[in-house]
Amino acid sequence: MTWDWNAVSDFMPQFWDGLLVTLQALALGSLISFALGLVWALLMRAPSRFVRWPVGVVTEFVRNTPLLVQLFFLFYVLPEWGVTLSALATGVIGIGLHYSTYTMQVYRAGIEAVPPGQWEAATALNLPRVRTWQVVILPQAIRRVVPALGNYVISMLKDTPMLMVITVLEMLGEARLFAQEHFQFTEPLTVIGVAFIVISYLASLLLRSLERRLVR
Amino acid sequence: MTSGLWELVFKGIWTTVQLLFFSAILAAAVSFVVGVARTHRLWIVRFLAGFYTEVFRGTSALVMIFWVFFVLPPAFGWQLVPMWAGTLALGLTYGAYGSEIVRGALKAVDPAQQEGGIALSFTPWQRMRLILLPQAVPEMIPPFSNLLIELLKGTALVSVMGMGDLAFSGNLVRLALQESAGIYTYLLLIYFVIAFLLTRLMRGLEKKLKAGVGKEPQRGLDTDAELKRAQTTGVGGQVA
Repeated sequence: MTWDWNAVSDFMPQFWDGLLVTLQALALGSLISFALGLVWALLMRAPSRFVRWPVGVVTEFVRNTPLLVQLFFLFYVLPEWGVTLSALATGVIGIGLHYSTYTMQVYRAGIEAVPPGQWEAATALNLPRVRTWQVVILPQAIRRVVPALGNYVISMLKDTPMLMVITVLEMLGEARLFAQEHFQFTEPLTVIGVAFIVISYLASLLLRSLERRLVR
Repeated sequence: MTSGLWELVFKGIWTTVQLLFFSAILAAAVSFVVGVARTHRLWIVRFLAGFYTEVFRGTSALVMIFWVFFVLPPAFGWQLVPMWAGTLALGLTYGAYGSEIVRGALKAVDPAQQEGGIALSFTPWQRMRLILLPQAVPEMIPPFSNLLIELLKGTALVSVMGMGDLAFSGNLVRLALQESAGIYTYLLLIYFVIAFLLTRLMRGLEKKLKAGVGKEPQRGLDTDAELKRAQTTGVGGQVA
């Protein structure tokens, strides 16, 4: 087994570029999944089952099929339909859409965990429906779900390497490029492997302190 | 699509199913060994098991696959057949998630059961085998069912390494036909059908196992489980 520190230092500039792209994809993907997940969760509480049923089927479908194939679909099919997006934008949409079907379940659980007394109190105070959601239900529900949402951000981080297959140069993409140019696979792949472990471990420590503060 | 191309897709399905089967077995074995080790009385065993979980859950499955395919051969001088390399990478990664399920279910067994075993002077191994596991295993099935679906989705990753699984055959068909919408729709549908069948299978298993300990399977949205789901199919646990 040979380990070449020079290869590591040569790889570092590309590594930082890749890290930046990974974090961009992660931040934008998280925003999409948080927003879209809440939309799905609210639609699942719609009074009409003609709304609930299609939303349920679509999200179930997206959740149970591989993100990799969904990315291929978006990357190759959207241009055929006349929508041209950059690779990174396609990847962000793909990852955000995929994870919105998970965050949706988290929001649903959080909303159902709000005690029924809160609903009854809102009715007793004659609060309008929109107001009930805004000031009574959602603030309590979201407080409860922040740790679970954070865990999905970490899961999402570990799915960002998939963006490599649609030509996005995130960490794994950069590592593969470097490996093919210099024919040194061990160093770049190990560096990014360790980077993933370190980032996700730090993020999980951060989350746990957040959890202690929010959930009492 | 011509019949030759369909044949390619069917071969891909078969490879995916094989890979899913082998890596699920490896992942289940790893889950139980590591999960039980995390309840061991020696701190060093607990620490090592926790370290394993944290490392393998911390890294990305795709990075792990790259590592097994490109770093293991020069580092140790042996190269695995693609099927076994894929099985190894997926089994070890998803086994780490599974160990969290096993640990959680063992911890959720009523402590009085454990104490009863001690009072009857069972050995630790007897307590695990005769008291804890029979009660904990039925509770593990729903989270394991979710994890199995995640594993199915994970098998698509080996296509990046050129292994002829379902996703890979889909890419070949796309190149042959120069048309993407149709084949990727079929691909997603096939994955969905496999996932659906697996869910049914696991529900049947849950029903059977829970009947064995006099319980009913749970229906509907399990709010507690959903809030914890990211921990058992994503990251977020803690060392030892």
